[in-house]
Amino acid sequence: MSTEEKKPTNPIEPLLRMERMPHIWCPGCGIGTTVNCFARALEDTKTDLDKTALVSGIGCTGRVAGYLKLDSFHTTHGRPIPFATGLKLANPKLNVVVYSGDGDLFAIGGNHFIHAARRNIDILVICVNNYTYGMTGGQLTPTTPYSAIASTAPYGNFEKTFNLPYLAESCGAAFVARWTSYHVRQTAKCMAEALGKKGFRFIEIISPCPTLYQRRNKLGDGLAFMKYLKENSVRKDDAQTKDVGLDFQGEITVGKFVDREMPTFLDDMNRRLSETMGDKYEKYEGIKTKI
Amino acid sequence: MTNKMITADPKGVLTGSHYLDGDHACCEGALAAGCRFVAGYPITPSTEVVERFSARCPQVGGMFIQMEDEIASSIAIYGGVWAGAKAMTVTSGPGFSLMMEHIGLGVMLETPCVFVNVQRGGPSTGLPTLPGQADMMQARWGSHGDYEIIALSPNSPQEAFDLTIEAFNLSEQYRVPVMMMLDECVGHMTEKVIIPKAEEIKIYPRRFTKAKPGEYLPYKPGPDMVPDLVKVGDGHRFHITGLTHDERGYPVMNHICQDQLVRRLMDKINKNADKITHLEEDGTEGAECVVVSYGITSRIAARAIDMARAEGLKVGHIQCKVVWPFPAKRILELVPKVKSFVMPEMNMGQVVLELERIVKGQAQVSLVPHAGGMVHEPEVILQAIKQSLK
Amino acid sequence: MSKAPTEIRIGGFGGQGVILSGIIIGKAFSIYDGKHATLTQAFGPEARGSACSAQVILSAEPVLYPYVAKPDTLVVMSQEAYTKFSPDLKKDGVLLYEEDLVQPDDTIKGIKSYSIPATRFAEELGRKLVLNIVMVGFFSAISNLLSEKAAKKAITASVPKGTEELNLKAFKKGYEYGKKLVARSS
Repeated sequence: MSTEEKKPTNPIEPLLRMERMPHIWCPGCGIGTTVNCFARALEDTKTDLDKTALVSGIGCTGRVAGYLKLDSFHTTHGRPIPFATGLKLANPKLNVVVYSGDGDLFAIGGNHFIHAARRNIDILVICVNNYTYGMTGGQLTPTTPYSAIASTAPYGNFEKTFNLPYLAESCGAAFVARWTSYHVRQTAKCMAEALGKKGFRFIEIISPCPTLYQRRNKLGDGLAFMKYLKENSVRKDDAQTKDVGLDFQGEITVGKFVDREMPTFLDDMNRRLSETMGDKYEKYEGIKTKI
Repeated sequence: MTNKMITADPKGVLTGSHYLDGDHACCEGALAAGCRFVAGYPITPSTEVVERFSARCPQVGGMFIQMEDEIASSIAIYGGVWAGAKAMTVTSGPGFSLMMEHIGLGVMLETPCVFVNVQRGGPSTGLPTLPGQADMMQARWGSHGDYEIIALSPNSPQEAFDLTIEAFNLSEQYRVPVMMMLDECVGHMTEKVIIPKAEEIKIYPRRFTKAKPGEYLPYKPGPDMVPDLVKVGDGHRFHITGLTHDERGYPVMNHICQDQLVRRLMDKINKNADKITHLEEDGTEGAECVVVSYGITSRIAARAIDMARAEGLKVGHIQCKVVWPFPAKRILELVPKVKSFVMPEMNMGQVVLELERIVKGQAQVSLVPHAGGMVHEPEVILQAIKQSLK
Repeated sequence: MSKAPTEIRIGGFGGQGVILSGIIIGKAFSIYDGKHATLTQAFGPEARGSACSAQVILSAEPVLYPYVAKPDTLVVMSQEAYTKFSPDLKKDGVLLYEEDLVQPDDTIKGIKSYSIPATRFAEELGRKLVLNIVMVGFFSAISNLLSEKAAKKAITASVPKGTEELNLKAFKKGYEYGKKLVARSS
């Protein structure tokens, strides 16, 4: 009989930088759950991991890039999308994924989101929306629901809240979906589907922040929030994005709202330049100049 | 390890004599240097650089994207670089201010690239169509934290071409964003530009690692303090971050790692300053007064020096083609030999502070300031030379 | 030519090809005659519309100070440009003007002035747009600074493809007219 005991291993371990564990996320935080979903989606789709780049901004979700064993970039606050745009345009053969939080992508980085969606840059943007800035102590973000307490909205938020799927669709995104960190299978499946598509793809994942958002709003622990997500999520794949806005502790519409094929930035560029330059134009497929 | 120089890719080299303005010449310099990725946002007086690139890049297999702002432009180029391209961004005045955060990121990630700033009068919107040299300290210190930077300043369209190639070479050699500091006068001035044959243009090739996947450490420096590079998609599965990091590129939040990293980032420039320095000297041997200048002001200074010499004064000239790092060694050699240094700048006194710091009161240092909007009158510089020799 | 640089200002209204005529003169002198020419122009809203200008310094030696304050030669193609720029002309300078578009007053003394019906010539060639090239030809003849060969090369290299012939004819028209004027006045 062997004296060695087999250690139980997480099946996604090969995808993680295990030497960096334990991670920095709090108990009950949903970000790790979404990373699990993403790792499964990469496996399920047999995505070439050597050709996949992950770009994060700053914040709790911004740390995702540091834990996944991919070519990964932890950039500046709000700017993962333009960094990813540069990667994708210089080498269109890469799968480029942006993984960041609601504050990073939609407050400081909002303009970049708008324009990358408008141009239909061929990247997947995953936003973990926990309604708050976790890393800096629970301040108001553009997605904080009306009346929710934040450290910079001690009397409750009175600003209007961003409806992210509606924003994404109206800016021209090719694929728009929302799930929650309770829906692990659906989230993984949705990520896998999005990985197989072309164009600007956006997935919002509603996720708990027990340490700050829930504590300050007296919403219980991580488990209590999971219960809320379970009981209040309604799947409506054909929902109009204008109708999927979020209220404080209200119903959460989940599902795939937009899935359309459209020429990407590079498709448009190649078509236009071929039309106007004719034979003089060689189709752009990435920078080949030897450096 | 320093790399062997290679020759330019002929596809990007427009060999011949051209009548070009400084902005267009700068673009051709970038193309000759192998730059194929430009992200920019239009702003006077630098727009012509990106206009030309947008027209030229489909002819050479390049990529141009006009981003939504300068913040986006200044990080999109890093995506281009890490994907394996040579890249630059181009701006002026307010746009340069918006790019400051990413200059710091470029320093921290050790991303080779070029930032072109065609300087105009400031602060704020200032004088969009008129020249200034008042961003020199911003180029040096503009991003938060301690770091060293390389900045070049051309005085003609020809130098805009030549020095842009040099800027790319320095950025690759030292893995640092290099500032190409034109001004509106040089940017919009048209003169003869001779573009040599591709085989006559020396290019410092990117130092890609020879390490196998799994062995590569993104921030393990070579003997010259500079680490080797990779590109995305080569299987290294590396991580890089703007946080203070170790050789693996992983964040380490303590003072020991901070000290090692910041010292190396500064030393790789400081300790190589003499190699990076690029001066043009004229009549400094035996001079009683040495005029120190850079950019367009060096031409006005040269006119003033001609006038001074005609009056029998012993005046020398140092034109700093590389302004940062400042040529401290050469200045120190001259300090015991001269009576005075005169420094005209199209600002109220920026680089002169560095000159004063080096001279330490051992010779007279006279600033000839100018708020911008117009170059100096040579007579004003002449007066300063005379005054300093009294 | 003497060692002293010659400073030229060309003025007209937007759309007349003022800058292009400056570029052709500079290109001819520096690239094809192998000397030095520095061209500057005013930018910004104040430079658009009624009175735009290009300044060229032609010199045997590299040009140091790039701007023109008191030009030796002023070429004007509009009344407004004349009004705006003529007070800066050097005391013994040379004025070249389009005679149907510019009515000089008598206030400037000591200068030499030459006029040409460039618009009519351009119209005779079928394109009013080549007025600026007629003026380049006129300038070349009067100033004697550019070689005819260099000027023609610079025109061919600078004008839109397919219009080279027309522009060279325009140059010839201005050049011959200028030469005749010079011959008559000497």
